[in-house]
Amino acid sequence: MNALILSAILGVILMFSGILFKQKAAIRNIAITGMVLLLAVNVMEMCGIVFFNVNTHGMIVFDRFALLFTTIAFASTLLYLLLSARDMEKVGVNYAEYFTLIFFILCGITLTASFKSLLILFLGIEIISIPLYILTGSDKRNLKSNEASLKYFLLGAFSTGLMLMGIALIYGAMGTFDTTSINIFTEGKPSLLLVTGMLLLLFSMSFKVSAAPFHFWTPDVYDGAPTVFTSFMATIVKAAVFIGFIRLFDEAFGLLRPEWKLFVALIVVATLFIGNITAVFQQSVKRMLAYSSIAQAGFMMMAVYAMNTDAKEGLLLYAVAYSFATIGIFAVLIKMKDYTFDGFNGFAKHQPLLAATTTIFLLSLAGIPLTAGFLSKFYMLKAAMVAGNNLWLVIFAVLMAAVSVYYYFRVIQAMYFKEGDAQPIEVSRSFKLTLVVLAVLIIVFGIYPDLILSHLYF
Amino acid sequence: MPINYYIFLSLALFCIGIVGVLTRRNAIIIFMCIELMLNAVNLLLVAFSKMHHNAALLAGDATTIAGTDGQLFVFFIMVVAAAEVSVGLAIIVMMYRNIHSVDVNFLNRLKH
Repeated sequence: MNALILSAILGVILMFSGILFKQKAAIRNIAITGMVLLLAVNVMEMCGIVFFNVNTHGMIVFDRFALLFTTIAFASTLLYLLLSARDMEKVGVNYAEYFTLIFFILCGITLTASFKSLLILFLGIEIISIPLYILTGSDKRNLKSNEASLKYFLLGAFSTGLMLMGIALIYGAMGTFDTTSINIFTEGKPSLLLVTGMLLLLFSMSFKVSAAPFHFWTPDVYDGAPTVFTSFMATIVKAAVFIGFIRLFDEAFGLLRPEWKLFVALIVVATLFIGNITAVFQQSVKRMLAYSSIAQAGFMMMAVYAMNTDAKEGLLLYAVAYSFATIGIFAVLIKMKDYTFDGFNGFAKHQPLLAATTTIFLLSLAGIPLTAGFLSKFYMLKAAMVAGNNLWLVIFAVLMAAVSVYYYFRVIQAMYFKEGDAQPIEVSRSFKLTLVVLAVLIIVFGIYPDLILSHLYF
Repeated sequence: MPINYYIFLSLALFCIGIVGVLTRRNAIIIFMCIELMLNAVNLLLVAFSKMHHNAALLAGDATTIAGTDGQLFVFFIMVVAAAEVSVGLAIIVMMYRNIHSVDVNFLNRLKH
């Protein structure tokens, strides 16, 4: 509850800081300080120190899973702000408002991670989505950004409509919005209303996490949005919606698993296939990362499919591994002049440190051992195996992970083995330091995943 | 009236909305169709709310509050829809300023 209220307050503070302060550095410092405060307050809540006690009548429950995820999300956002806050200046003139919107999104992320009622799920997803539409279109003079935001808005609102219809049908069948009661009252043969509503929710949530066949908006939107904000929405936001996804299907539809198992398995296969195969053919690194985020969503969907303890642990680890690595790569990409693969030619000669850290991020995304990406993929596959009778799915996922190595290594190859003069625009010392911290964290979590996962239980 | 009538009516409205979103090319009309979908849901929620309330009354509970949460949800949908309208129309206006059209067929520059 601490983080929920504080993030909303911080959003308002930043909104006014845009009026009060003219220097961009001041606004940036307020945002980063606020982010540190938010993270600290959330960690305090994990230790049992709660400042706000609001009676939500059981609609919001901050359990270990929710608190651990929000901590991860806030830590990723802090690293993201440290790396990329300076680059937001280039997007447009409303510098303070970008931070405001990011804090409001964090408020939505907290709701999505901790809901116990479908009403809160709906509000959380919408509080995430609406500021994202604005951030996508924040480069107002750029036609690509306009297009991306209009497309994102129309399709996002459409999928919200589907989600609401699903919720209404479930309410008709069950007479309640409470997830636990929905699960308890599901006995015997489920009614048609309930199953239809559940499928509509499945489709709309797949839409929000960009799982195939509902992924078609993703490459365009991620490509068109300003790169700074693509970084945010491809990582933290996507992980948060996945947390909402797995909570919903675990708590509300756990007993309905025979009905949705096949659909989710098909979505996993389609997402892995389309994401990985299409990423191979991309020429722009930004677009490749958009498809790679679809491919990674396929792996995260396996957690929804397996739905056991391993899956929940794996999803948290995946959120860390994927967010950290992708934030790092995007932070480097923003500094590049040329977003194509050729733009990275000879990068290692000019910027050995940046190239080395980028290599670690790419290795983690590809799932090479000793990185967090490997362990998180391992947890997902293990979860799917434990769920039983899924050898074909696991083999397929491993094959697709092998395909992904190809396009991630193309960047490494361009950086180290090709001649060229890829020069990023000026890079500060603190930027390099943060990148190194990020890379070290990825390796540390790849060796000691319990550093994160043990917090789930104590 | 039986609840089925309400379900069919709102499903019909909802499907009109979906077909509109998928087939129309004007951004404003697509937007109106999305609003139609949301309002179909509102209608359905209110109908279900009344249904659950009546069921609880028939079961002998004279002071029941069963079914009120459905109507509460409707207010939240209205608020969120209003927020969405304000952002969405701003995006459409921004688009119109740049290309002087609200036709979504223009949305193909990102493909390449």
